[in-house]
Amino acid sequence: MTPVVPDPVLSVANLRVSFGQTEAVRGVTLAVARGETHCLVGESGCGKSVTALSVMNLLPRGIARTADHLRFQGQDLLGMSERQTARLRGDKMAMIFQEPMTSLNPAYTIGSQMSEVFERHRGATRRQAMDRAAELLARVGITAPGMRLGQYPHQLSGGLRQRVMIAMALMCDPELLIADEPTTALDVTVQAQILRLLQRLQQELGLALLLITHDLGVVARMAQRVSVMYAGEVIETGTVAEVFAAPTHPGMTRTGEPLGNIPGVVPRIPLGFIGCGFRDRCTLAMPECAQTVPLRNAGGDHFYLCRLPPDWKRAAAA
Amino acid sequence: MSAIVIVQSRPARRWLPAFRHLATMLGAVIIGAAVLVAIFAPYLTPHDPFAQDLNQRLIPPVWMEGSQPTHLLGTDQIGRDYLSRLIYGTRISMLIGVLTVITSGVIGITLGIIGGFYGGRTDDVVMFLITCRLSIPLILVALTVVALVGSSLAVVILTLGLLLWDRFAVVARTTAMQVRNLDYIAAAQAAGASRLHILLREVLPNIANHLVVVATLEMALAILLEAALSFLGLGVPPPLPSWGLMIAEAKEYMFFSPWVIMTPGVALFVLVLGINLLGDGLRDLLGADMRR
Amino acid sequence: MTHAIEVRNVYRDFQQRSAMAGLRHKVRAVDGVTFSLPAGDVLGVVGESGCGKSTLARLIMGLLPPTSGEVLVDGRSLSGMDRRERARMIQPVFQDPYSSLNPRQCIRDIVGLPLAAQGDQPKARQADRVMEMLARVGISSEMAERMPGQLSGGQRQRVAIARALVLHPRIVVCDEPTSALDVSVQAQILNLLAELRRELGLTYLFISHNLAVVEHIATEVAVMYLGRIVEQAPVQELFRTPTHPYTKALLASVLTPDPALGIPDVGLGDAYPDPTNIPPGCRFHPRCPSALAKCATTMPDNIRKDGRLVECLLAVPA
Repeated sequence: MTPVVPDPVLSVANLRVSFGQTEAVRGVTLAVARGETHCLVGESGCGKSVTALSVMNLLPRGIARTADHLRFQGQDLLGMSERQTARLRGDKMAMIFQEPMTSLNPAYTIGSQMSEVFERHRGATRRQAMDRAAELLARVGITAPGMRLGQYPHQLSGGLRQRVMIAMALMCDPELLIADEPTTALDVTVQAQILRLLQRLQQELGLALLLITHDLGVVARMAQRVSVMYAGEVIETGTVAEVFAAPTHPGMTRTGEPLGNIPGVVPRIPLGFIGCGFRDRCTLAMPECAQTVPLRNAGGDHFYLCRLPPDWKRAAAA
Repeated sequence: MSAIVIVQSRPARRWLPAFRHLATMLGAVIIGAAVLVAIFAPYLTPHDPFAQDLNQRLIPPVWMEGSQPTHLLGTDQIGRDYLSRLIYGTRISMLIGVLTVITSGVIGITLGIIGGFYGGRTDDVVMFLITCRLSIPLILVALTVVALVGSSLAVVILTLGLLLWDRFAVVARTTAMQVRNLDYIAAAQAAGASRLHILLREVLPNIANHLVVVATLEMALAILLEAALSFLGLGVPPPLPSWGLMIAEAKEYMFFSPWVIMTPGVALFVLVLGINLLGDGLRDLLGADMRR
Repeated sequence: MTHAIEVRNVYRDFQQRSAMAGLRHKVRAVDGVTFSLPAGDVLGVVGESGCGKSTLARLIMGLLPPTSGEVLVDGRSLSGMDRRERARMIQPVFQDPYSSLNPRQCIRDIVGLPLAAQGDQPKARQADRVMEMLARVGISSEMAERMPGQLSGGQRQRVAIARALVLHPRIVVCDEPTSALDVSVQAQILNLLAELRRELGLTYLFISHNLAVVEHIATEVAVMYLGRIVEQAPVQELFRTPTHPYTKALLASVLTPDPALGIPDVGLGDAYPDPTNIPPGCRFHPRCPSALAKCATTMPDNIRKDGRLVECLLAVPA
């Protein structure tokens, strides 16, 4: 009973990840279709970055991920060996991180880092890879790409570095791009440019985009679907139009903003925790909230995780 | 808010962290023992370390044939009890280690902080001084000093203290350079704090962790250097029981009475090992909270 | 009338050493800025990376000397003041709560530093004032003994504010005080700043790249671009009727959470501002969607009209 996405590029069902005694991700289900942008939103600590890393199998050593299924273009990712996953990473599945300063290796030039990906996955020559790199740098709006290829990360400003990261992720024409807060550190005009570029790529190449952000403006303008996370779970999901029009979960404030100014902090969920992770902050919590919470449908593809009926706000106002 | 740092480490063996912990403990035990031995030396020595008895020359230690229970580690070539000399030697090594580090620390840290924090011309001067210092050959200087002033414990401490400050300076400078751009320094300036306050109360406490690690390493170095200098006759003068001197005096008897040279050698090795283990452990312990 | 802050034709250059050939670039971070701020007002300074707003903040705080021009605080030259006097007049609140508090000092000592530096009050009285100010910003007295590492981002920022206000300065320079905080905490801190301004009759210089925040707290807004103020107006007027093409582009780039709209194309093209390479004529012309031929050669004049300022060849003077 979750939104059905036909032929998804990425399909995640009931993903669970624990760090020691804490459950970071507790049953996340989502899907991203071809050419679609699916935004993953939530406060810091809700598990969205861990979800992204789990998909790419980039979790720290020793951290296990389990799921009912985790598929990329129909292929099972869970059972894949590290070698097979490495072949997909950077090629068909790419990821952009928030801090370009720590994601780019300061000891190598931009050109060598970008071409390495292409040479490795496509068996291209250095010259071919450099040409492709220059082409992509131009595409992300970097002038004099030839010169930039020979520069080191520290010689570029933050905005340029982020563009380089995006260009690098696109080197092998990925089918899925996971972007973890890619524009948060950027100026607002640069953000608009980058997002427009990503949209163009989706239209031209059918790129599927899983976009993690806390900026609701980005979600509203950019995404087709959105999943709101809290304490390791998806508390509300649906198309952007549906969720913004009628945010239902008690954690969403009236304007569709998840967990606006409600006092308290996102809790750490210990192993074996049952029930709603929001109940300590919820004004409508009842004893039943300590048991498994049902996934309810608020119409169409709009689902949320709460015992309350979809029209509870109207009932409460009356 | 902050990015997740991805650690793709090789499979870390289960025992590695425990081993490191153990090694640090071992280092601490060794240093602790050395300090206690150095302080309570007069109460621990069975004999006077300077008392010669030519009838009791070169008696082997207890685990060898021909030993005597009154001389646990045997005697040296002029009949002095080796255990007593070893114990007093600990005093000398520890004294040298600590006093040298204090002297060189004060010089190096002062220079390094000032250069690192202020930058510009001041930093150029400090770098120049460091480069000069690095170009000076230690042994030749020691030779000259001894020739001019004669050798003694004080001369050794002073010479080493005035020459071993370079690592302190470099580390203090680099860390001060990193710290000076942080907002709390600007806030202190805006608050009207004096320059002295900023250097001593804002910068220094935040670089102290790194300096402590340097201090342990420099201590080990000072002790080894003193042994080397004493071995060459440029350090502590006889009859003081410096381990380096004991090794030098035992050279001739090396093949027939090996314990005479091995005992101080092993002691030196153990002490320096202990200092290095402790220093490594401190770096790991303190380094962990530096990473944000 | 003596303004709280008067900035007269201030320039600030930096020498940038290029690693290799020893070539030195001169970077003109602040390129002739003039404005005055009446007591009790809040001037919001907005602009994107490289515009010089942070450098301007430090110039006004007296932490950097201007290469030329002068800064007057309450009619008196800032460079003529000694450190104690300056501290009594003007104090900062910085962006990063994790680096603006000395990790090796307890909260009480941190907030007490400005008082200790003045050195003219007995210790007991100093301690009282510290506790008073902490209470005012919402930090309980038991937290005074703690170290910054034990506090959350929002709490640290409150401590930073307490430190800034403990001397009852006239002016507080806020350099992106909420940008590094979680979204839910930002509103709290902004409200605190607004409250304190009313209670204590403070004047703020509020630097931010976040236009929503500036709209909330400022009375007047100045837009900076590559070292100059290109537009300045009372807050409501600026947001309702921006004149300068850059201001318009900036406002248009802000993504409001409206699913019906897409990502705007603000017409800035792909070029980006480079402070080491300021274009001739109007510095904005390479990116300006409304540029005329003369914009590449003629420097626009400062046009002041009805309490507004704009620097653009397209603006028609009265």
